[in-house]
Amino acid sequence: MSLWQSYRMRLRRKHARARAFRKHFSLTPVVNRTRAIRPGDILLFSTFRNERVRLPYFLRYYREMGISHFLMVDNASTDGGRDYLAEQEDVSLWSTGASYKRSRFGVDWLNWLQSRYGHGHWTLVVDPDEFFVYPFCDTRPIRALTDWLDVSSIRSFSAMLLDMYPKGTINATPYSAGQDPLEIASWFDPGNYTIEKNHFYGNLWIQGGPRARVFFRDAPGQAPALNKIPLVKWHRRYAYVSSTHMLLPRGLNLVYDEWGGERVSGMLLHTKFLDTFPAKAREEMARRQHYANSKEYAAYSEGLAEQTELWCKWSEKYINWRQLEILGLMSKGNWA
Amino acid sequence: MSVGIVMLVHTAFGRAEQVIRHWAASDCPVVIHVDRRVPAKTYNGFVKRLSDLPDVAFCARHRCEWGTWGIVAATQDASEMMLERFPQVRHVYLASGSCLPLRPVQELIDYLAARPQTDFIESATTTDVPWTIGGLEHERFTLRFPFSWKKRRWLFDAYVALQRKLGLKRRLPAGIEPHMGSQWWCLTRQTLSAILQDPERATYDRFFSKVWIPDESYFQTLARLYSRQIESRSLTLSKFDFQGKPHIFYDDHLQLLRRSDCFVARKIWPYADKLYDAFLTDEAGAMKRAEPNPGKIDRVFAKAVERRTRGRPGLFMQSRFPAAAQENGLTCAPYSVFEGFSDLFENFETWLAKMTGARVHGHLFAPERAEFAGGHGTMNGALSDSAKLRDRNARAFLSNLIWNTRGERQCFQYGPRDKRAIEWDLATDRNAQISVITGAWAVPLFKSNLNFADIRKEAARLQKVESAHLDVLRSQWSRARIRVWTMAEFVEAPMEPLQTVIDEIGQQSARGLAEVPRMTDLTGFGQFLQNLKNQGMHPYLMGDFSAEPMVEASEPARKPYVVK
Repeated sequence: MSLWQSYRMRLRRKHARARAFRKHFSLTPVVNRTRAIRPGDILLFSTFRNERVRLPYFLRYYREMGISHFLMVDNASTDGGRDYLAEQEDVSLWSTGASYKRSRFGVDWLNWLQSRYGHGHWTLVVDPDEFFVYPFCDTRPIRALTDWLDVSSIRSFSAMLLDMYPKGTINATPYSAGQDPLEIASWFDPGNYTIEKNHFYGNLWIQGGPRARVFFRDAPGQAPALNKIPLVKWHRRYAYVSSTHMLLPRGLNLVYDEWGGERVSGMLLHTKFLDTFPAKAREEMARRQHYANSKEYAAYSEGLAEQTELWCKWSEKYINWRQLEILGLMSKGNWA
Repeated sequence: MSVGIVMLVHTAFGRAEQVIRHWAASDCPVVIHVDRRVPAKTYNGFVKRLSDLPDVAFCARHRCEWGTWGIVAATQDASEMMLERFPQVRHVYLASGSCLPLRPVQELIDYLAARPQTDFIESATTTDVPWTIGGLEHERFTLRFPFSWKKRRWLFDAYVALQRKLGLKRRLPAGIEPHMGSQWWCLTRQTLSAILQDPERATYDRFFSKVWIPDESYFQTLARLYSRQIESRSLTLSKFDFQGKPHIFYDDHLQLLRRSDCFVARKIWPYADKLYDAFLTDEAGAMKRAEPNPGKIDRVFAKAVERRTRGRPGLFMQSRFPAAAQENGLTCAPYSVFEGFSDLFENFETWLAKMTGARVHGHLFAPERAEFAGGHGTMNGALSDSAKLRDRNARAFLSNLIWNTRGERQCFQYGPRDKRAIEWDLATDRNAQISVITGAWAVPLFKSNLNFADIRKEAARLQKVESAHLDVLRSQWSRARIRVWTMAEFVEAPMEPLQTVIDEIGQQSARGLAEVPRMTDLTGFGQFLQNLKNQGMHPYLMGDFSAEPMVEASEPARKPYVVK
């Protein structure tokens, strides 16, 4: 990489951090319990809006995994989610009424919180509908993974987004608070993902899955990106550039092997497609606060109006991480 | 009290304490070295907690940075203290704070008592072992390493390169032959004291203090000078991955460790409660008396290293995305591509499926849609037949298709009407078996109901495309198994090529072809080609067809026969 290029990268990173600084003024602390964070704790960062029904299971899942503290940003929820979280002992909560879109879909807010509270910690950035899965997650807590990554001098960990969906129409089975969403949305596309390399940032650009297959079959270029790097040993100089798809400095994006080997990687089970989704899609269509003018949601509401079924004959039912490993969606790498 | 433990600790003191108490409970004296980088408060607390144990001692502290002399100095001091304070000790076992005894300590004591003169130390000459990382084998001993590998990697590498360039070399002390091996050993008092009391020790120490990773070579080399009987293996089960880091054991390795029959394992994750609970309670964790047998663990870790370095060929995913030419195969299994066969034979696809049991697709790269077998809209892996999705990344479409159907042979049709984006990938893929009947694309035109002017135009286009395609197949970079026949050749004797192609798929019965596909009626085809010629378009790819009606060639079409 030429000096000029690395200078440009540096400017971009600085820019992202400056944005984060600017946007943090719109965050109002609701409860700040970050004094409870101990060195070595693994922290979770998340933004949400009207996800009250999902929060109980979300917290339970990640507490069991070994997350010590949750740092959450509430973007103007009206369903009581804020009050629920404010009561939780391991949650620090901020709220904002500012534009989701103009904080680059929450990235600016979280970049700020991460640089303020995440420095030196392993940080996991996920949405309330994303469930992190990694090799041996059924027998080893997340600290086993981060300890191993530390020993291996690995700073960032890839987990591709895997869209989960129910069999039948999306709103056929109602979801109730505290329930494991994977009981309903338990199916996924096992082998229709395409990968390109983004030579500018060095990350992989992955597309495919049910959203590409059903909603974007005539415009596959616009299908949502599925590559994510949610788990990073944070340093205050780091910055997410676009959602958790890519980071700066660029070295953090090299989560893949280019010589034929496999690095260790995980999965984010994305349980967006529950019965709560149609209402959400309508709301997001009206707010137009999502990526590319919510094109994605436009495609959904078109597709969903016809009661589209995402399930197909070749959908696979989720069992455990080993199944994902065998299918080649994630890898143990050299972690045994 | 015949076995003494020298233990190097730098972290996870709670676990170290547990293990020390376990050793002490079986009357094994323990001398502990704590890394000097550990804060005084932690150290003092640790010493205090162990103060109730009479046979536990702490030796002088050194800074132990990985790959440096400090670790050897620590081991020397601790060993000296052990030999001096506990005269009954016959074997000294070197362990770390993250080592865990897997078998009752008494078994280790008995095992060593039965081998009173044996030193257990892995020790091999540098030329014979492929373990080393970073290309430093013999050079570990002949170069100087003043810079930290962990913190000053750049300087470390630059200085090594500089010394190589200038040809700088250190001289080895007389009489030693460098050996290397696992850091974790078990030596007899005789050997260990001979090493520590050697009159030349100052010379050796000076030399080894500048060697790279001396903890893997100091005792390993010097033991060769004095030992009466060396068993060149470590009693500590310790596996290293391809970067030289030790593999770590977790709770889910419990059964694996139980069956290993090794005395001590390293390295244990400090939070692996189940392992510590299981093995530090003598009776419950007891294993049968057997020779150590770490074979199964070896396999597990060897597989992990292979997964990391070679990966699964033909798989492209979030953490395996090989650069071009590094992929070790675009696809994961052999497959067959047929060009022109379905034009020439009316029922080629069903026939092929019946003969081989393979999955036979239509034109997967047709402009309209991917023609999956059976006309389905999706197939294995939820792969869609949408042309746009496929053309977004044709390479990925192909590698996904073959990956998703592992265990089932895939065949598909291809031709000059199809999308060309994939042709280089097919030609350069070792797994592709491509059979081409050139010029067969003219048959559908011959049968079509188009105006002759349009036919002429289309024929000219297809011929141009196929000709370019053949250039690709014949290029020096193509690695597929490729067979090309002209249509005239093929029509004249179709059985042999068909048999060859089927044989290569290798799934049909040994009795030969029970049935041949029905060739389309080619009466008048020669005249058709002549007409094209007369219009100034020269069809040459199909070979020589005479303008006369072709009676012989169409014979098998009229009367399928059976070949034994």
